Amino acid sequence: MDIEQIKSQFPIFSKKIKNKPLVYLDSSNSAQKPINVIKSLDNFYKNEFSNIGRSIYSLSVSATNKYEETRLSIKNFINAKSKDEIIFTKNATESINLVASTFGQKFIKKGDEILITELEHHSNYVPWHYLRIAKGAIIKFVPINDDGDIILEKFKELITSKTKIIAVTHLSNVTGTIVPLKDVIEIAHKKNIPVLVDGCQSAPHIKVDVQDLDCDFYAISCHKVYGPTGVGILYGKKKWLEQLPPYIGGGGMINEVKKDDISYAPLPEKYEAGTMPTAEVIAFNESINFIQSIGIHNIMQHEKELTNYTLDKLKKINSVNIVGNPKNKAGVISFTIKGIHPHDISTILDEDGVAIRAGQHCCQILHERLNLVATARASIGIYNTKEDIDILCKAIENCRKVFGKK
Amino acid sequence: MDLKQLYQDIILEHGKSPRNFGKCEKYTHQAKGYNPLCGDKVQVYLKINNEKKVENLTFEGSGCAISVASTSIMTELVKGKSIEISKKIVIDFLNMIKSKTEIKSNDLGEDEKIKVMSLSGVKRYPMRVKCATLAWHTLSSAIEGKKREINTEVID
Repeated sequence: MDIEQIKSQFPIFSKKIKNKPLVYLDSSNSAQKPINVIKSLDNFYKNEFSNIGRSIYSLSVSATNKYEETRLSIKNFINAKSKDEIIFTKNATESINLVASTFGQKFIKKGDEILITELEHHSNYVPWHYLRIAKGAIIKFVPINDDGDIILEKFKELITSKTKIIAVTHLSNVTGTIVPLKDVIEIAHKKNIPVLVDGCQSAPHIKVDVQDLDCDFYAISCHKVYGPTGVGILYGKKKWLEQLPPYIGGGGMINEVKKDDISYAPLPEKYEAGTMPTAEVIAFNESINFIQSIGIHNIMQHEKELTNYTLDKLKKINSVNIVGNPKNKAGVISFTIKGIHPHDISTILDEDGVAIRAGQHCCQILHERLNLVATARASIGIYNTKEDIDILCKAIENCRKVFGKK
Repeated sequence: MDLKQLYQDIILEHGKSPRNFGKCEKYTHQAKGYNPLCGDKVQVYLKINNEKKVENLTFEGSGCAISVASTSIMTELVKGKSIEISKKIVIDFLNMIKSKTEIKSNDLGEDEKIKVMSLSGVKRYPMRVKCATLAWHTLSSAIEGKKREINTEVID
């Protein structure tokens, strides 16, 4: 696989940061965009713009068709049974909020339990917290071990007759842990408990097959999948989406509106009120084309190799400590350097054109569990090369030099 | 070169071995500060005596080199000064960080000015300004006897 050729599809890499080539190691936060995605946005606004939906004229019909083509591509990309199970949202955060809110409305009563894990991003905790406030629900956390793996035995123990839903990440944005979802879902389903998966980190990097996983809900943020900002996906099994109440109300999601009653549109329109990010949804089709042109298995192989290379090199640097050591790890590498705060690391690395994230990565619960105030995080995308990692390691050495470490 | 201006030896040294660290005895005022962007936390403790002088000033907390050094230098500068002058020093410092190139203050000696000027490099790093100012805002809050925790996302 020719990574340089792949990298050349991303215009941002021809830019210089502080006169140095950009070494972008923050794809867990958001991925860069290939030229075809950018061109699609440009082309839509220049040549094809119209709102989608119920207009009759040809420009609108064409836009509507393209919007629906993306839905179909996503259905195939994650192997959903029907394209009606693909709902467009603002981002994965909104997707999770949609489920928490509507599922909560219908199924959660005082004292009911919601099971999440210590790995979760705030976006898979805060929406459930609202149900704690509004409904008196109880939130329980599946513990992790020091390696960053969830403890399956404890998970089983924490399920009770009051557990109404389980929400779990597919891939941790701090430790890179790939959660054994099939086991989790099998255990949950034996007790008839639905499972929502936060697929933010997994969708761009590992094969996602929602039928094989048998998950009930799956949330994705398109900007992490080499796509535009402003678009997210909620996959939901039809049986759930059909019985849950609507979320945001407005135009496009109704069937019939009368003074004394309103009926709602069928799926997927039921959950897509108001004008959607049309250009972005259409451009996201190009992101899927981009991934498929490389092949998800090739992506996995390249990123696995680069992850191992990064881990090996980082471990050789004095006083660098890698956060977590999960059984199955993706290209999310959080680390600390003894005596240097992650924010100082990030500032100093930036001087060498190296973009990493520093802080708690929206995971305060996890940082508290690991007794860490903050961490630095390098995360890998398909465009990263061994050379990027070499520059990262050199920049870390420089960082240690600034702080007078030998 | 820019990096050397930000991470001057004096900052690295204070960051590594902060002065006046810990909770002082019989403090009369205290306040907490929090920077949600990075999770930095600071708590300052003041002992203000009957003559309205800052008899002691210490701090606890965790943070980056910039924030720890800034807090440490602040305690050295303010300790022993009257409340009125302390307040002026805080304002002078915040002005220096925000706009001015030099600290303008009639209340600091030349050595003290040089020490505090070591933090002026932070101006070039907009994302790091809050690291440097957190403790100073927290000190103001403690002097004013405010109850609410200082949050860098709420102050300017």
